[in-house]
Amino acid sequence: MSGATDSLVVLGGIAKQFGAVRALAGVDLTILPGEVLAVVGHNGAGKSTLMQVLIGTLAPDTGSIAVAGRDETAGYDVRRAHALGIRCVFQELSLCPNLRVFENVRILHHGLMGFGWPRRARRLVRAALDEIFPGHGIDADAVVGDLSIGQRQMVEIARAFTVTDQPVRLVILDEPTSSLGARAAEQLLRFTRRAAGRGISCIFISHRLREVLEHTDRVVVMRDGQVVARDRAADLTEALLVERMGVMADAAHAASTRANGAGADLPVRVDIQPTAGGTIRLIARAGEVVGLAGLDGHGQRDTLLQAFAAPRGGGPGARVDGSVAYVSGDRPREGVFPLWSIGRNVTIGLLRRLSRGGFLSPQAESATADEWRLRVKVRTPDMNNPILSLSGGNQQKVLIARAFACGADILLLDDPMRGVDVGTKQELFEDIRAEADAGKCVLLYTTETQELQHCDRVYVFYRGAITEEIARAALTEDRVLRASFGQTDDTGQHSGGRADAA
Amino acid sequence: MQREVASAGGAPASDADPVPRRRFSGRVLLPAAALAVMLAAIFVLQPRAMSYNGMRLLLGFSLPLMFAAMAQMCVIAASDIDLGLGTYIGLVNSLSALLLADRPLLGVLSLVGCVLAYAGMGAFIEARRLPSIVVTLGASFVWLGLALLVLPTPGGASPAWLSALVRLKPPLVPLSIVVAVLLALVGHWLFMRSSYGVVLRGIGSTPQAVRRAGWSLLTARTVLYGLAGVFGLIAGLVLTGLNTTGDANFGAPYTLLSISAVIVGGGEFFGGIVAPVGAVIGAFIMLLTGSLLSFMDVSTDWQLSVQGAILILVLGTRAFRRRRA
Amino acid sequence: MNRRWLDANPWVWSLIGAVLVWGLTVASVEGRGGMETLSTALGFATFYVIVGIGQMLVISAGPGNIDLSIPSVMMLSGYLSMGVMHAQDAGLVLGVLVALGVGLGAGIANVVLIRGLNIPPMIATLAAGFVMQSMTIAYSRGSTAKPAPLLLQFSLARVLGVPVIALLFLAVAGVVAFVLARSSFGRSVLAIGQNARAAYLAGVRIPRTMAAVYLVSSVLASVAGLLLAAYSGGASLNMAEDFLLMSIAVVVLGGTAISGGQATVAGVWSASLFLYLIVTMLNVLGVGAGLRYVITGLIIIGVLAVSKSRPA
Repeated sequence: MSGATDSLVVLGGIAKQFGAVRALAGVDLTILPGEVLAVVGHNGAGKSTLMQVLIGTLAPDTGSIAVAGRDETAGYDVRRAHALGIRCVFQELSLCPNLRVFENVRILHHGLMGFGWPRRARRLVRAALDEIFPGHGIDADAVVGDLSIGQRQMVEIARAFTVTDQPVRLVILDEPTSSLGARAAEQLLRFTRRAAGRGISCIFISHRLREVLEHTDRVVVMRDGQVVARDRAADLTEALLVERMGVMADAAHAASTRANGAGADLPVRVDIQPTAGGTIRLIARAGEVVGLAGLDGHGQRDTLLQAFAAPRGGGPGARVDGSVAYVSGDRPREGVFPLWSIGRNVTIGLLRRLSRGGFLSPQAESATADEWRLRVKVRTPDMNNPILSLSGGNQQKVLIARAFACGADILLLDDPMRGVDVGTKQELFEDIRAEADAGKCVLLYTTETQELQHCDRVYVFYRGAITEEIARAALTEDRVLRASFGQTDDTGQHSGGRADAA
Repeated sequence: MQREVASAGGAPASDADPVPRRRFSGRVLLPAAALAVMLAAIFVLQPRAMSYNGMRLLLGFSLPLMFAAMAQMCVIAASDIDLGLGTYIGLVNSLSALLLADRPLLGVLSLVGCVLAYAGMGAFIEARRLPSIVVTLGASFVWLGLALLVLPTPGGASPAWLSALVRLKPPLVPLSIVVAVLLALVGHWLFMRSSYGVVLRGIGSTPQAVRRAGWSLLTARTVLYGLAGVFGLIAGLVLTGLNTTGDANFGAPYTLLSISAVIVGGGEFFGGIVAPVGAVIGAFIMLLTGSLLSFMDVSTDWQLSVQGAILILVLGTRAFRRRRA
Repeated sequence: MNRRWLDANPWVWSLIGAVLVWGLTVASVEGRGGMETLSTALGFATFYVIVGIGQMLVISAGPGNIDLSIPSVMMLSGYLSMGVMHAQDAGLVLGVLVALGVGLGAGIANVVLIRGLNIPPMIATLAAGFVMQSMTIAYSRGSTAKPAPLLLQFSLARVLGVPVIALLFLAVAGVVAFVLARSSFGRSVLAIGQNARAAYLAGVRIPRTMAAVYLVSSVLASVAGLLLAAYSGGASLNMAEDFLLMSIAVVVLGGTAISGGQATVAGVWSASLFLYLIVTMLNVLGVGAGLRYVITGLIIIGVLAVSKSRPA
């Protein structure tokens, strides 16, 4: 590519290991001034880890970092990165919700102090917001916690482009458009282009491949902690990009879906009106795998939680017939009990079933644990080992085993394959299909369009309501994507009417 | 999701505020109204309280409590809690009564040591990621023990300047009110207006975001606990001045009272939401429950009950409103 | 003893500490009264154990959970039960029932405030404690507050030099340990303590489990108040002063995780003995109350400093 001296940032041989997991295996990456670079790859490919190294929140085990031609490897940290003009907009919002908008600007700028700083901070953030998101309607004095998710994202993006005593040279945008409305997303994409014209580089991390191809100069594909491809965006097509990301051909999965129409007379297990209303209800029957699609945070998770709470008395507008089990892909926060063994992590889901006279029988408990070790193929010699000794994918198997083992009629899967490797994913989808064939009703929410092909039907969510119901046969990535932005296929018949009648 | 506002695309930023700025939120208005009602009730029951001297008597012991509340608020700003503040105030009370009058240099040094110990406690909590509740509880043993070591039985004396200071009679308005206003302003400036105050409140809600922006959490927590140490120190000194003597156990009630004052004044336990002006008002509310009860001919035995009930009422209402929102 | 075993059994440390301190104490008085010291320590430590077990369950239920109402419950229970006994054996049953009633009532009050009104446990138990404290103060005016003779005898009784109440609560501790390890309730508490969100999604019944935890804590505190009032020959307003700090200290020193999800019942016993024996030792050495407090506080903080903090 170009000589190191012209480059803004050169990362060389960056490696990072977390316990048994190799997150980065020697990554080389060059960023030129004024370019818009896309980094794509599946969840767990190492994108976020690489960005954390780049902004100095994570020190690599080995590797070098050079910025503007100078070696910065020694003593590289957040402050240094900031001083060099490297900023990041995080996927998890990193504004303080108790502070006002302009106060959050102050948090980012150490030099913003002394007499009149609030006035300067307000002016900075208003200017940035006005430039990037004209017509944003955000008050610089508003408390961030009172703003909508989309508005917070706008504030965070605008904040990253504000300049005080230190320059902005590179802004990393991690899934920036996922919580923005269509209009604001468009505004942002156009702005990055203008910023590039002024010499500000952007790194764009996105799952929306079309966006990536249309709005970036260069695309870097990551897989399993390595960069596997670098191309000019103009040379790529969506199909080519998907191939580089390592998606397997879908022929194998298509066979595994339920034969069409075979269970239309099976009992309805779930019938839910999503929170934001809409004309289409979500209906799922025994023996089905039903997908919940759309961009992250558009009411899919709320719908699953609504279904989970319904049998316990909560949940207006929801009818759930049968017992439920919930599996979250956010393992540390919503799945794993970190102090316990693998076995106890399974059996917590079926305490009542394993109790004899109010107390657990140790024999029954270990027998159950071993049974599930074999059934979902947990890679461990002993279920008494700590849960944290397992890799993420195997932890997820344990969580899924917990849900299977409790014998629930309805399985609610909330993005269950997050950070799970391809092989494990395949095994787990086979297990899920087997459960459905045995009469379980499965609701699967996923952010990865590829995983939807394991579903019999798919509901696409947009702003808390269902915009479209798509049968397996009619499922295309394009159609899902359009429905995800609230654009339904007017010519295609949608089956909402049927749902209402049921 | 996005409020549409008629605005020309890319309009230049203006200095004019599009909406009037809210300097004091409803958070402070509610306790202020509650205080006004309490004062009104007291004045109706006991019209003589409405004079300069009446107010002086009524609010005499508000000084230590308002500083204690400010100290507690510094800790609560970091989403921590200080269960050792009361015994710390007792330690300052004992030290100052024993040393300040006779051996001022040693006295001052020991008091500086107290503040440093407090700041160190903050650093320790941050560095070891310990729950503040247990550390401050352990520390409360230490403060109490030290106080008993220096002053095994109540005694000592307040230096003359200190007694004179807390008995000052400024014209028109009693000292407590003057100090309360000043303290509220200082606290408001420190936490709500100063540029570092933003960082201090930030660590209470989203420490990882503040750290990502390159701030040292260790420094911030040390500063917060150091500030708590300073305000606690003042509370202890004022207590010495008012009582003109020292007692290791004098400070004990201030732990729980200060927490109550902060919460009643609009602060929250979690999320770095604090209201310095409210904390001062909260201190007055907690203090006046006693006077109000005695004017109503209820035994002051029940003062604690009333304070507990106020806490429950305030927090219950807040939780209820949050759930409806 | 290998490292892993020690990590899994953190109570061993405080037991070693207790034995050392006892040895030092006995040595300092040239070996006289060693058994007597131990016997007295067992008796006193029992009170720490009773409230410690309750506090341990509460703390194990996860961050933010703590019972600050323990000393107030002890006071109220001690006063009311002594008050209805009138130092007569005839009033014994009523007195015990009143004590248990206070515990249940306080527990229910805490649960209503925490779960019903959504008030953070710390403030809820604090406020409930305020109310109970002032009830005790109001009630204490002019009441006799002496125990029934039978209860007094029971609280002081010994079998082979071992206090009966110590034996009783050794058994209770055993039951609690078993319940934590092997019952649905115990597992639920520990699951909530590790990860409340995951516990909810795994189908753990959080409301009833949390209610039970706070109820048990309050009832144990009321029993401690009853027995302590009897043991000391009558209730007094300052009898429970130290118990807030001590209830937490024995839990932490005993090796229970302050971040929740892991409870060590044996540790509550060993830490209680350790803390009480330290007090005894310092008394024997003629050290005043001040230094005793300082040393106790430093030990609590010191143990925190060396214990493994859970990675955030």
